[in-house]
Amino acid sequence: MSTTNANPANAPRVSGLFKSQEGIVLILAFVAFVAFSLLLPSFFSAGNLLTLVRSVSILGILALGMAIVVIGRGIDVSMIATMVVSVSWAFVLARSGYSLEVSLVIGALFALCAGVAIGILVAFGEVPPIFATLAAGSVIYGLGRTFFFQLEMQNVPPGHEWFSLFGQARILGIPITVVTFGVLCILIHFLLSRTRFGWQVYAMGNNPEAARITGVPSRPMILAQYAVSAFVAYGAGLILASSASAINARLFNSTMIYDILLVVVLGGIGLNGGHGKVRNVVLGTIFVGILLNGMTILNIDYTIQNLVKGVVLLLAIVIDSLVNPRDEQTSQQGDL
Amino acid sequence: MATSDTLLRLRYRFFPDRMFGELLTKSWIDNVIPALALVVAVLIMVALIPGYLSAGNLADLARQVSEMGLIALALTIVILSGGIDLSVGSMFALCVLTALVCMNVLGLPIAVSLVATLGTGLVCGLLNGVLVGYLRLRAFITTLVTLVIFRALYDIIFPRLASAIVGNMAISPTWDLIGYGDFYGVPVSFFIFAVIAVALHIGLSRLRPGWRLRAVGGARRSAYNAGINVKLTVCLAYVTSGLLTAVAAFLFSARLGSTGADTGIGLEITVLTAVVLGGVSLGGGRGSAGNAIIGTILVLILSNSLIRLSMPGSVNQLILGLVLIAAVLFDRKWVKNRGKILSKIYVSPTFLRLPERDRKAEPAALAINDRLGDTELIGLGTVEGPEDVILDRNDNLYTGTRHGTIVRFFAPDYNRSEVFARIGGHPLGLSFAQNGDLLTCVGGMGVYRVTPDGTVAKVTDETNRSLLSIIDDSRLRLPDDLDIAPDGRVFFSEATIRYDMSEWAVDALEGRGNGRLICFDPKTQTTRTVLRGLIFPNGITICRDGQSLLFAETWACRISRYWFDGPNKGKREVFLDNLPGYPDNLNRGSNGTYWIALLGMRTKTFDLAMRKPSFRRRMAKRIASDEWLFPNINRGCVLHVSETGDILGSYWDEDGENHPSITSTCEHKGWLYLGGVSNNRIGRVRIKDADPDWTALDDYWGKDR
Repeated sequence: MSTTNANPANAPRVSGLFKSQEGIVLILAFVAFVAFSLLLPSFFSAGNLLTLVRSVSILGILALGMAIVVIGRGIDVSMIATMVVSVSWAFVLARSGYSLEVSLVIGALFALCAGVAIGILVAFGEVPPIFATLAAGSVIYGLGRTFFFQLEMQNVPPGHEWFSLFGQARILGIPITVVTFGVLCILIHFLLSRTRFGWQVYAMGNNPEAARITGVPSRPMILAQYAVSAFVAYGAGLILASSASAINARLFNSTMIYDILLVVVLGGIGLNGGHGKVRNVVLGTIFVGILLNGMTILNIDYTIQNLVKGVVLLLAIVIDSLVNPRDEQTSQQGDL
Repeated sequence: MATSDTLLRLRYRFFPDRMFGELLTKSWIDNVIPALALVVAVLIMVALIPGYLSAGNLADLARQVSEMGLIALALTIVILSGGIDLSVGSMFALCVLTALVCMNVLGLPIAVSLVATLGTGLVCGLLNGVLVGYLRLRAFITTLVTLVIFRALYDIIFPRLASAIVGNMAISPTWDLIGYGDFYGVPVSFFIFAVIAVALHIGLSRLRPGWRLRAVGGARRSAYNAGINVKLTVCLAYVTSGLLTAVAAFLFSARLGSTGADTGIGLEITVLTAVVLGGVSLGGGRGSAGNAIIGTILVLILSNSLIRLSMPGSVNQLILGLVLIAAVLFDRKWVKNRGKILSKIYVSPTFLRLPERDRKAEPAALAINDRLGDTELIGLGTVEGPEDVILDRNDNLYTGTRHGTIVRFFAPDYNRSEVFARIGGHPLGLSFAQNGDLLTCVGGMGVYRVTPDGTVAKVTDETNRSLLSIIDDSRLRLPDDLDIAPDGRVFFSEATIRYDMSEWAVDALEGRGNGRLICFDPKTQTTRTVLRGLIFPNGITICRDGQSLLFAETWACRISRYWFDGPNKGKREVFLDNLPGYPDNLNRGSNGTYWIALLGMRTKTFDLAMRKPSFRRRMAKRIASDEWLFPNINRGCVLHVSETGDILGSYWDEDGENHPSITSTCEHKGWLYLGGVSNNRIGRVRIKDADPDWTALDDYWGKDR
């Protein structure tokens, strides 16, 4: 019976794709791609496209981590802080005598601890997630700059060629960064759509109270979500450091976190939680990648790029709130 | 009394347990912790840093407070509306830029510059307001994005004009006065800030826009249902925030005369920390201008001291972040659990030892009988909660009901009844004045007068406030019974100042003197408390000498006599002690006797519980209120006592069908009328040996006019 019902439902879904936000973004991405290809001679070349995909895949990886949290009706604006501090600390430790492997494990543990701490604040302290992560980002960065490292720029410790393979090697001509993004996409797709964890994340995003009452272990789940996003941030930081041979702590002060949100929101993962898939992240990543790459080739000033990104993000949020209006039943007092 | 008992009694007499619960009921308790933190912080700084209170340092602090305080006020208004504005930092930077461009580069007059700066703030605020208010976007994420946009605008414009701003100087004495001037050492900018802060405080706490703002923040949907234009209110909150930020930016530009690339970066976190630390609740609706200022000063002291200790900026960031997390955490938990804590600790029992009664030596007059077994029932099922009953000169019967009315039953058979007056609260004690007006104590309202034609008028609903009481005891919470002295003064009892009518029985668990005796004087139209610290004072009746009154203290099982006039004025003596039950109303009877209604009989268990305050406290904390041990208020009787306090007889309802618990009696022409606060009927029974012509009205005011 379910199969007979599913077939007629499929047809409107295909045509509806072009009315949904996802469809619009897809069309926009396509239009932008074609326009840039025609207008900018250097855009449509294998080298540039590879650069585009490679530069944007780190953003994509981070967005995957963010997506899990956002689907569970949270948000994690501390990802960049976690990323730069844990990776920088790992490098500092490696240079101070620990082996790189041990240092990387310590860095990973730090990222996990940060994620769990934020999760505890959100789950047990009942602090609104955006608040907890905003303040936590400030704390994590302050902690790192005060106790872990003094220099903003931390180079990859010398003598570990295997580490630079991470970000610079290619498999079948495709940069490892892109391969990692692809693999991670598949992994997280399976996590979200085939595991109990994933289903519970959707349940919590749809209606946290109902999820809790039906027996979803809400608090441990929230902890897990933030731990995953922090861990993903750490992984993205390693790839970033490997491809650039260094990590810059000033990234914390940049607009990178907004780029991540841009990817997530533009891709069509509503900030209300409860819906969105990995393909939304991919879509958002491609669109933002085209946008950033095109603007860079056009030689638009960095500050103006920020303005454009900000306005686009704002428009995306406006559209998001029009397409997915807030549910008065499940939104709570003080839910910012 | 054993030593341990004495210690226990002293401990509960002098250790103010009840204070904690009463403090928690106060709305200002939210502000106490931030205010204390501020005092402590100032004391620590004064102790650590020499010359901290020097004029120069204070003036410097005052200038910073006025700039940051304005932004904190801006954020407070937005948070009160239930939103948040993270874009204040970038907005601030843009406004500073506008002011400096107008003054330094364009050389515009100061008024024009001010208007331009305010205009910038207005536009920025309006953008936020329209997005959050009218488009219903999420405040946090929206203002986070406008933060980026405003900052990007600043980053685009500033480098192009930086040299022009630094290269030129504004020539305006007013500008300099705002920036550096002071009156008697107090900076001008601080005066501007103070004026705005006071105006805002009044606006927020006393005027309609402020109330609407709080209503929207506290309960958006209820505010909408109450007819408030929610969208407009929210939008205006953001606009106000923009304007206040612009004023702060104007003061800042006047002081520094230049700006840098990092102006306003991270300001939102600092101000947010200040506001939350000051006690403005993030949920919306709770907080004040005072909170914002307290928080601002705290954060400034904190960050200034870090600078003095020459800590790097990252430490500042770390500590501010930690403080913010702690403050938000505390705020969340406080708002969520305050009610819970209050309900746990509000009940605060004390030690009360009632004298033992010897079971074997009970007087024969108290023996159980069935005199109330076959009462004539009046108003069965039609009257609910007849606490007191009274009859007028035409033998009509009056009683108050739970529905907030006074019902009149018509003589001679009392089958017919009508609603005599609608009061609105549950009328308890009733008494006729000399001119025929019916006076009544209304639970939760006060003392009211009903004229013979049924018009209701307030007599009094407040008394003088006690000096040291934390609870505002000027309002009457539970006036219980009243009587009228020959000169027209109304004496009435207020059973407890700590509990409302609906939970009067909980007062029994405390056993403390929470009640009082109050007198209303019609000559001066004043109400004054006569006696305090009475243990649930209940029935009152004026003695026949016209100079003293009897009052019952329910949980103390005691009736005392108090002289309010004459040579013994002020004297108080025990009239009847160690009663077998809890006395309620007292009334005069024929032949110089008195009637005492006992609403319940004492039990050994509860007498023991009254000597174990910690047991009762644990009970009130640990188990649900419907499982608490209450005194027996299900089974009572009526006592007939002589003028000197000898028990002449008792009236029981052996089956407990009609009158299990009796709260009042009224003798009238040989009949005794009975009421019960939780009963659904009034009863009357013939009294043996009673004067068949005696009525209370004649006894009080003489034979018919």
